[in-house]
Amino acid sequence: MSSLNKSPFLRIFLSYAPLIMLFFSVFNEFDFNYLKLDYFAFNFVHLLIFFWTLRNPDQLGYLAIFFAGIVNDVVIGIPIGISSFCYLILCSVTAYIRNITLSPNFMKDWISLLFTILLINSIQIIILDLVFLIKVDYTNYLINSGFTFLFYPIFFLFFNFLNERISYQTND
Amino acid sequence: MATGRDDFVIAIRSAFLKKKDKQKFSLLTLIVLSIFVIVLSNFNFKAIQFLKLGINEVIYRSSHIASIPEKKFGDLISEIRSHYDLHESHQKELIKIENIEQFKLLNDFLTAENEKLRELLDESISSNEIFARVLIDKDSPYLKSVVLNKGTKDKVKIGMAVLDDVYLVGQIIEVNYTNSRALLLSDLNSKIPSVLEPDDIQAVISGTGSDFGKIEHTQEDYAQDLENKEIIAYTSGLGGLFKPGIPIGKIDNISDGKINFFSDFTQLNYVKIVSYKIGGEG
Repeated sequence: MSSLNKSPFLRIFLSYAPLIMLFFSVFNEFDFNYLKLDYFAFNFVHLLIFFWTLRNPDQLGYLAIFFAGIVNDVVIGIPIGISSFCYLILCSVTAYIRNITLSPNFMKDWISLLFTILLINSIQIIILDLVFLIKVDYTNYLINSGFTFLFYPIFFLFFNFLNERISYQTND
Repeated sequence: MATGRDDFVIAIRSAFLKKKDKQKFSLLTLIVLSIFVIVLSNFNFKAIQFLKLGINEVIYRSSHIASIPEKKFGDLISEIRSHYDLHESHQKELIKIENIEQFKLLNDFLTAENEKLRELLDESISSNEIFARVLIDKDSPYLKSVVLNKGTKDKVKIGMAVLDDVYLVGQIIEVNYTNSRALLLSDLNSKIPSVLEPDDIQAVISGTGSDFGKIEHTQEDYAQDLENKEIIAYTSGLGGLFKPGIPIGKIDNISDGKINFFSDFTQLNYVKIVSYKIGGEG
């Protein structure tokens, strides 16, 4: 087990894990954002960016997030730049929370996430519907925001475990 | 109070301008850049168009490659499922074949009669078909669309119809050099001029964002006329893009105006991109 922990491959893989997950989810056809289930969807990318830019921003660069947004826009077919803009707004909120918080608190993060996803989904709807005149389903957005908020604790546990492993490997 | 405001300003300034050790760009720079990209993508300058085409080409191909393992896994599951359902589906197919044979005879007669009538009207419909493979069918809550592996190099143009066998599934909305994007009928932005048979009622079939469409812009009392009838929606050809008579979907319950598309948009692998030339010039 200890030899596995010291494996250079595992260390490199773990250090790039958030980035791999981010690009895998924007490039891949499978999307938690649209699960073909009625009234159930959540935005995995929002959860991923929120957690990592809040807890360990060194693992997920802003430039990578910007490019992931561009890829997401092209793949799902909306005007280029919208997702990048929304992801970076999410990063701004997490950077602000990081600056005003001395000791991280899960509940505060969770509540902040709700306001943040409501804000960025509103921005996205305004840009798509009012600026680009692309019809969007408001109910979908609302359901998506609700489930993204509700699923944070589950993904928090997973990302936190991963973050601890990364820290352990880095400090080893 | 002033100290609180100062703290807020410092926190905001730090969030937007300060770079962490591994961050190469500040947030503000990237936000400005993304706004610049949004604004720029609205202009139709040649340089921007080429850049957009280049980005689309690279990302569509990369996304297709990244989705291969997931697609293989999906194929494997459907293969196992079809293996288990073999006997049941075989019995169903036998009944279907018997019915189809009866309809085919009737259809042959009607097709011949239709051709004769068109000749009398001096009207001809010619079509150009391009077969394409679906590269990406990533569903999203924003746009219902698929990316196809044929583009301007194969003479695909915006507005061409996309068919799954004989059923209409959408139309081309974006064309790159080697690929194109088709907007599916289920998308909220899709509007297809259609005709409801057997009563020949004109309507527009709109997408709903779900896997069904709805009837719009038709006569108010259409539901009474079509009560207890099996209604099939076909393209009316009024938009000038599609030929009349391409099957779109079936209406099971007229009162809710819901139309079930013939084609299952989640199972599209190969489609036909078709352009029609309608006219009396022969």
